Amino acid sequence: MDMEQSRQKRSFAPRALPHEEYFAPGHRGCQGCGPALAFRHILKALGPNTVVAEATGCGEIISSPYPQSSWRVPWIHTAFENTAATAAGIEVAYKVLMRKGRIPEERINVVAMAGDGGTGDIGLQALSGALERGHDFIYVCYDNEAYMNTGMQRSGLTPFGAFTTTSPAGKVSKGQSTWKKDVPAIAAAHHIPYVATACISYMSDLYRKILRAAEARGPAYLHVLAPCPTGWRYPSEKTIEIGRMAVRSGVFNLYEIVDGKKRLTVKVRERLPVSEYIKAQGRFRHLTDEDIAYIQRRVYEEYEALLAEAAQI
Amino acid sequence: MARIVGMEISAACSEAVTLADADVIAAYPITPQTHIVEHLSEQVADGRLDAEYINVESEHSAMSCCIGAAAAGARTFTATAAQGLALMSEMLYIASGMRLPIVMALVTRTLSAPLSIWGDQSDIMSVRDCGWIVLFAENGQEVYDMTLQAFRIAEDERVIFPVMVCLDGFHLSHVIEPVEILDRAEIAPFLPPYKPKYRLDPHNVLTMGAFAMPEYFSEIKKRQDEELVSSYHVILEVWREWEERFGRHYEPLNPYRVDDAEVVVVIAGTFAGTARVAVDRLREKGIKAGLASLKLWRPFPRDDIKRLFARRRVLTVVDRALSVGGAGGPVANELRAAFYHEDGRPWVASFVAGLSGRDILAEDFVEMVERSLEYAKKGEFPPYEMYGVRE
Ligand SMILES: Cc1ncc(C[n+]2csc(CCOP(=O)(O)OP(=O)(O)O)c2C)c(N)n1
Ligand code: SF4
Ligand SMILES: [Mg+2]
Repeated sequence: MDMEQSRQKRSFAPRALPHEEYFAPGHRGCQGCGPALAFRHILKALGPNTVVAEATGCGEIISSPYPQSSWRVPWIHTAFENTAATAAGIEVAYKVLMRKGRIPEERINVVAMAGDGGTGDIGLQALSGALERGHDFIYVCYDNEAYMNTGMQRSGLTPFGAFTTTSPAGKVSKGQSTWKKDVPAIAAAHHIPYVATACISYMSDLYRKILRAAEARGPAYLHVLAPCPTGWRYPSEKTIEIGRMAVRSGVFNLYEIVDGKKRLTVKVRERLPVSEYIKAQGRFRHLTDEDIAYIQRRVYEEYEALLAEAAQI
Repeated sequence: MARIVGMEISAACSEAVTLADADVIAAYPITPQTHIVEHLSEQVADGRLDAEYINVESEHSAMSCCIGAAAAGARTFTATAAQGLALMSEMLYIASGMRLPIVMALVTRTLSAPLSIWGDQSDIMSVRDCGWIVLFAENGQEVYDMTLQAFRIAEDERVIFPVMVCLDGFHLSHVIEPVEILDRAEIAPFLPPYKPKYRLDPHNVLTMGAFAMPEYFSEIKKRQDEELVSSYHVILEVWREWEERFGRHYEPLNPYRVDDAEVVVVIAGTFAGTARVAVDRLREKGIKAGLASLKLWRPFPRDDIKRLFARRRVLTVVDRALSVGGAGGPVANELRAAFYHEDGRPWVASFVAGLSGRDILAEDFVEMVERSLEYAKKGEFPPYEMYGVRE
């Protein structure tokens, strides 16, 4: 099955992956960088008629040291907190220039990409504005759960208990003291046509979601968990495994919300204890069994609530 | 055919943007800029202007949207003032560093605190290193003309810089004046549709906004600086063409009765009109006064300044902005610096006046000039003084 058929059927066969690479090898990411995998495959799914606006962060820094670039599609970086607004400008420019006959009429995927910090903290306002205005674009948050580019500081999406350089574990601190901010829910509250979570360890699910996001007319928000060996403190060959454990333990759930209807896209039959996921990463090393039990309880409750919600619709 | 219409100057600005057939407008309302964007929204709503008007959620996003749109090849406009400018300031530097020909109307207003919606030039002076071309308009006609000129200058392949047209909040933005309005046929040869040399185009892949390591950064900055400086020649060329086509003359420092002047008032913006009246009164009193209305602030018109002011005895520089903490008036200081190495350099009397919408009357200019001459007689000038402030 070729990519075009795959696109049409909204299914995915590994053999049908295009050979073309739009995110070139040789970028400066760490070995086992989850976000780099996300970029590579998102672009493969979207193909060459794609323009990317990217926020300051690891994604930008590993890919664009002047005079080199990893990007084989048009790509722009302007600042940290404004990527949704930059993408919105690109989207309306194409719209009006096509309407005025200045550039050929064609479908161009306008994609904004930002990290968890660039999306859920400093970039939340620009994101909300762009979603609310209904621009026809795809927003991808690659979530590595901290400000990695600046040296692993906590973000609002860093999970509870994780050690970061600004949420260190200490005599009176267990690391990150807050629960992960639910940015996909915030995106969904804008009543946009498509919201989904994904993970680089579930590639077929990610592909399908990218294609759906590209089909959506209006804003599509994709939240991609992208493990980071450097910041999460696990061996770099374990990125895919760690992502799988995040999903199988119910810590990160894969679903999509189409026109307001939520559906789990990957159902976990046998749930992995959260402790296995946590113990595989150095960032949680300081947690006690009691702490882990607390996290387990909360993860369980959230997963049950999600199942109930998805079943209702 | 050109026709003269009485209109609010904010509307004249919007009419110029409509005539320029801008493609994308992204703006966030703030007093005293609101009338410009309201008028533009109406133009778009009525189909008079075929543009995308984006109601962004902040000025930071306004400039970011403009950057995205300009990078994608659209003719792009925004307008703001004071707090809005401060909020978007991060993006101002990025727009010029990325060489994007965005046009902005800056309706100059006081920066808080205390909060004040009234006019002065503390906003523009706070971003004077941001790498934009900066023009000051003195009246409604100049606002209209400069807005159209701004697109042409910005998009010239020898320039490709963003351009800011400054108009004084309320004193210009909310005043009704007769303005000569052009039509599409007249403007078309002056301002053809924007054909970007570089744009985000899937058929011609390029990377914009790569980061630079220290081994490249200084070279890139030097080039940006040199090219902003040399945009001067294009600006003058555009102004000459404007005069040929439409009969109105522009130059970096518009002189009035300076030929034999011993003392010259220097001011940017609409108070130059009042200063002109003061110059006439001073002349009646036998004082050889003149005026230079500063129209071009960046690129800095160093040679014009030297030429016009060489061998004058005294300059009375009136700044509507204060560099708080002892540095005083920004324009005065830059003029002083321009002359530092020159023989026969003039004395520079620096006055900070007209903050937050406070009027500067003709008699105030007269007083400031007379004070300047007294200082010159004594050979002693204060570094700067705040004029017309209650003790
Ligand atoms: C206005 C502003 N504040 C702070 C920074 C510094 N900064 C650059 S990237 C970054 C963190 C990026 O985190 P995230 O968005 O999660 O992306 P990651 O690096 O993790 O991929 C920070 C704090 C900046 N560039 N701009
Ligand atoms: S720090 Fe993490 S996200 Fe950044 S390049 Fe390294 S692995 Fe990738
Ligand atoms: Mg991050």
